[in-house]
Amino acid sequence: MTQALSLLPPQLMTTPPLLTMTGVSRRYGDVVALQDVSALVYPGEVLGIVGESGSGKSTLLRMMNLEDTPDTGDYRLALPDLDGNLFGLDRFARRMLCATRIGIVYQNPHQGLLMQHTSSGNVAERLLIAGERSFANLRARGRTALEASEFPLDRMDARPIELSGGMQQRVQLAKAIALEPALLLLDEPTTGLDVSVQALVLDTLKRLQRDRAITMVIVSHDLGVIRTMADRVMVMRRGRVVEQGLSDQIFQDPQHEYTQQLVHAKL
Amino acid sequence: MTPVLQVQNLCKHFEMHHLGQRLMAFDGISFALNAGEFLLLRGPNGVGKSTLLRTLYRSYLPRAGHIWYHTTEGRIDLARAADVDISLLRRREIGFVTQFLIARPRVAAEDIVAEPLRRAGVAAADALKEARRWLEEFGVKRDLWRAYPTTFSGGEQQKVNLARALILPQRLLLLDEPTASLDVGARAALVRRLGDLKAQGVAMIGVFHHPGDVADLIDRDIELTTSEVSEDVAL
Repeated sequence: MTQALSLLPPQLMTTPPLLTMTGVSRRYGDVVALQDVSALVYPGEVLGIVGESGSGKSTLLRMMNLEDTPDTGDYRLALPDLDGNLFGLDRFARRMLCATRIGIVYQNPHQGLLMQHTSSGNVAERLLIAGERSFANLRARGRTALEASEFPLDRMDARPIELSGGMQQRVQLAKAIALEPALLLLDEPTTGLDVSVQALVLDTLKRLQRDRAITMVIVSHDLGVIRTMADRVMVMRRGRVVEQGLSDQIFQDPQHEYTQQLVHAKL
Repeated sequence: MTPVLQVQNLCKHFEMHHLGQRLMAFDGISFALNAGEFLLLRGPNGVGKSTLLRTLYRSYLPRAGHIWYHTTEGRIDLARAADVDISLLRRREIGFVTQFLIARPRVAAEDIVAEPLRRAGVAAADALKEARRWLEEFGVKRDLWRAYPTTFSGGEQQKVNLARALILPQRLLLLDEPTASLDVGARAALVRRLGDLKAQGVAMIGVFHHPGDVADLIDRDIELTTSEVSEDVAL
């Protein structure tokens, strides 16, 4: 009797998961990046993914953003007009889906932003892809998204290259939420920021989550960030999920040897 | 009598992989609790009272046994329920009250208190009004309501925490020493609030350093006794 009790399928939660990923495996040459990874995220939930460098957590997030295709695996989002395995979509369909239904914030703003365009232009670009053509609408919707990300509007025409790291993340966030995506993916969104700036960005994310009930998946090696943000946590190691559970349970009563090491190593 | 909870042979131990040790917390705990009942957990320090509360809340995963919780839609075993079901119950029906506030940077006291109502779908203005009423009730000074509790003293943080934890009536409340280090006024407000909730049918299980604080509320108690402390096992 060394194992904890195995859990039952949901009984009270009657809404199906927004995100269902099943049996995703990916190798790059000899390197196993993901091995039989499955994940469920329910509407309005925040799933945290932790693990050290090379655990596969960022690769998994890229899969969720359809930036890569696994060797095997199935990925579905419970959205209207969307059916079947999303990994089967062609490039154009993927691009549309990512632009309109999925938002992403990268650790490195250079990856998510055109650094030489204006901040408002970066947000508007997303709206253009979705078919918005009126300049007035572009401006107004860009403004709303920047405001929701708590970006100072007097700087909306500044280029990201001129902005601080915290502000760049806010522009990324505004771009990500401009089309009110069903799913928001966050890849180490506060890593590399000063602690005080990090707290402000996390607070903005929390506020967005509370006010809009956006479904989020957040990847971080920083357990404090995950603890603040996530309802549930998935612990990854060497491309596999070693443990998952409610956030407080993972931090207070980790079951797996690796999770215990990870949690105890936190300052 | 409406049953709320039936605990059967609940068992919890911790496996500490780096020590190759299994730490026994408790074994074979059974009891039942009805709506509006207040159960006190007794026993010396370290006997596992808080551990039992956290296991019922599922911050700790039980090793064996059942925690039957009766909902309006039938009963569910909290010992085995899916994580999303537990999340759902925590938002709507099961509360955990400690003496510690988890303050977040740059969130005002009144917003922290209002949050459970906001999550339950109450309009922002109504939630804020109710939050202020409870801050007042627990004796938090008016000029602190819009300040950030990260900078508050321990006592003031605790009042904010209680206001937040008790603002939304639950069906089951788990109380982990909520009166510790409270001043007289706040303690009286807490006992009053718990009494009201009990009268509304909220079931409660509590650990209190000074059970005298809540003597009038207690219906029953159970005494936890020490089990064997630990054993070395091959993990």
